[in-house]
Amino acid sequence: MKKVYDNATEALDGLLHDGMLIAAGGFGLCGIPELLISAIRDSGVKDLTVASNNAGVDDFGLGLLLETKQVKKMMSSYVGENAEFMRQFLSEELELEFNPQGTLAERMRAGGAGIAGFYTKTGYGTQIAEGKEVKVFDGEHYILERGIFADLSIVKAWKADDTGNLVFRKTARNFNPAAAMCGKVCVVEVEEIVPRGSLDPDCIHLPGVYVHRLIEGQHEKRIEKVTTRQREEA
Amino acid sequence: MAWDRNQMAERAAQELEDGMYVNLGIGIPTLVANYVGDKDITLQSENGMLGMGPFPYEGEEDPDLINAGKQTITELNRTSYFDSAMSFGMIRGGKIAAAILGAMEVSEEGDLANWMIPGKLVKGMGGAMDLVAGVRKVIVVMDHTNKAGESKLLKSCTLPLTGKGVVNRIITNLGVLDVVEGGLRIVETADGVTEEEIRAATDATIVT
Repeated sequence: MKKVYDNATEALDGLLHDGMLIAAGGFGLCGIPELLISAIRDSGVKDLTVASNNAGVDDFGLGLLLETKQVKKMMSSYVGENAEFMRQFLSEELELEFNPQGTLAERMRAGGAGIAGFYTKTGYGTQIAEGKEVKVFDGEHYILERGIFADLSIVKAWKADDTGNLVFRKTARNFNPAAAMCGKVCVVEVEEIVPRGSLDPDCIHLPGVYVHRLIEGQHEKRIEKVTTRQREEA
Repeated sequence: MAWDRNQMAERAAQELEDGMYVNLGIGIPTLVANYVGDKDITLQSENGMLGMGPFPYEGEEDPDLINAGKQTITELNRTSYFDSAMSFGMIRGGKIAAAILGAMEVSEEGDLANWMIPGKLVKGMGGAMDLVAGVRKVIVVMDHTNKAGESKLLKSCTLPLTGKGVVNRIITNLGVLDVVEGGLRIVETADGVTEEEIRAATDATIVT
């Protein structure tokens, strides 16, 4: 079965509908599926719920979908870098469900692994626990969190073969594997599709069973905060 | 003389022991890395890295290599990368020995508030709730009082909590306090600071 598509628009063809739940990989602007996000913006699909650790910045990443008001609700752990997000949230145009970062990652992983819910200590006794079941195991309090079962996963990897075996690079891996696992359909963008057999089978980060559609493309890979140190004098 | 930011970071670095895997928060906690000396410490960055190196030289920034504060960093010869689910698995699973974090308020029962001020800008908790729930020792580094001169060590927190009963030790510009049965215990005073001065600047119950 052919997984490789020519571009992001073709790879998303027939997969988008209003009101859907999309899980997106990335941390800040690192490892985000920037080509698929742009294609989703151009499609005009709306009332989206997006599970993503962050919400991009005003003019890049998921910020593009906020600008066009295609997002109804975000499920995130940190949204501090996006002024338009804050404006829409404070004027109640946008819903926000805060998730502790590890809880969000585990909710995606669980959804992808067929786990409907799990108990975690994270957030016990805080406002995150409000309305959630509390259970005591061995004298410690845990709260029930639900797995995320997304309609669509959008993911960025470094390399893939044409069967969808994925390799990520450095900290650009982040939420991508968990996001990929939890979707009914997973579309992946990579920097390079390499010939079958050229990836070491022992070094595949995510096997192709999780990947349904695949594109190769040019990435801007914007850096959010450039920090450097002085070179020592020779 | 109370401690300045660097002296607080230097004091916090004394909490770290050879062989520890440690997560440092943003702000003064980041400075702790400058004072670990010869100790064999591995820094975790919760976006998916163990063995975090220093900032890169100009021109060598890699967009695929950032820390949890989204700053460009470098790798070391011990570095490993992993995904977010595994990263927080090792945090919740108690594999990380210590977290050093900033705070807005700490209560005498070890409650921590550091993620939200209602009615003001709401940014999110990031990984802080997972860290305080999971790592074996939580050390807070912060000023003893806020800009208005009010104690940040309280009988109970007024801001939304990051975690309940999670803080073990507090290092402030005035000294070091532990969360113990019944309140906070002074374990050390900063140079030239007396226990009486700490008591006067502290709203929380001090026990001896």
